Amino acid sequence: MSEAARNTQGRVTVLHHLSDELLMSYAAGTLSEGWSIGVATHLSFCPGCRQRLSEFESIGGHFLDCEEVEGDETAGWEEIQKRLDVPISNVTAIAVRSDPLLPQPLLAYVDAAGGLRWRSLGGGASQMKVPTSDSSTVVRLLKIPAGKPVPEHGHSGRELTLVLAGSFGDSVSIFNRGDVELADDDLTHQPKATPGEDCICLAITEAPLRFTSRIVRFIQPFLGI
Amino acid sequence: MVKLPTVFDGKSRLPADGRKAREPEEINALMAAVAEHQDVDAYQLLYKHFVPKVRAYMSKIGSDRAFADEMAQEAMLTVWRKARLFDPARGQASTWIYTIARNVRIDALRRGPRPIFDPTDPAFVPEDEPAADVAFERQQDADRLRVAMASLKPDEIKTLRLSFFEDMAHPAIAAALGIPIGTVKSRIRNACLKLRAILKDA
Repeated sequence: MSEAARNTQGRVTVLHHLSDELLMSYAAGTLSEGWSIGVATHLSFCPGCRQRLSEFESIGGHFLDCEEVEGDETAGWEEIQKRLDVPISNVTAIAVRSDPLLPQPLLAYVDAAGGLRWRSLGGGASQMKVPTSDSSTVVRLLKIPAGKPVPEHGHSGRELTLVLAGSFGDSVSIFNRGDVELADDDLTHQPKATPGEDCICLAITEAPLRFTSRIVRFIQPFLGI
Repeated sequence: MVKLPTVFDGKSRLPADGRKAREPEEINALMAAVAEHQDVDAYQLLYKHFVPKVRAYMSKIGSDRAFADEMAQEAMLTVWRKARLFDPARGQASTWIYTIARNVRIDALRRGPRPIFDPTDPAFVPEDEPAADVAFERQQDADRLRVAMASLKPDEIKTLRLSFFEDMAHPAIAAALGIPIGTVKSRIRNACLKLRAILKDA
């Protein structure tokens, strides 16, 4: 086993994976930033989903291959030739900082927000909102005391919950570090953190729409609200 | 500052007459020449092959043609700079170049940063070492993908292309084709199932 895997709290074996829909949108580059944080964080844990991702990306490569364009293939060559005298990168950028709980890229977001800062939700649970530039989603970290139910967080539309520490579950399944639960409106269960260890998870939800009227939504940007 | 490349001595493997390199093996040889020897001649052949395609891909950014071309140049320059990160055991060069162009396009569209996993992060869980003959398998994968794509219905290909090439999210695809979003999703799901069935069918 490599150095990297030994540094974590034991090898993570993920049992609950990303959907084709999320992976494919991420591969196509059309998935918004908020969902992409959840996808990229799961990908850090999961070689299997990285393999599926590269299969989806090869669809993009295929379309690039198929693109037969009449174009000047020499246009821009002289300009680009002048810019080739930079060293070819030898290695990828080294992670600035690492953390046993939060893999990159989630760590970068939490660091940018000034580190982990929990706010109480009552009942012993707490949360931290993770700021992003994506207004269509809400990204947050949740900390649920061992044995307590996961608090409601959002529940309008899609929801992605990814376990970072401890585990949660119901009578049917258990979700451990790296596992992803995808839910939508009709999911009504309320899972509990497994006794023994507090559960920390990343939760991504669709941002609540404050106004349901189409007219109000249309003028909302102009009102600046 | 790095000394400018000398002529790649394994050049006989490259297309001698300067025609466009098309076969994945040729492209991989050119990529290797760029990565190992910073071979400008090899890079020029890659540039000629890919730049019209990458320009077409970037043209979906918007109506500013000059800006789109500039982004295509940016992507092609990244191909030069990161050539050593390309690993033919992990996939096709065209797929790797697609991901570079996609990331440049996301930045250009100012959708905010693109969160990506970091293989140098100690929390990253690596895969087991790939088998020695994996490059051969990858080539077979590429051939199988071509077969698989050819087996899709025209509607399914059109939908995938709007997503992967035209930068459309599912609601935009539904609007462009005048179909319900559920149909977009079911086409993509069906295409996915077919592709997986063929790719897995070794």
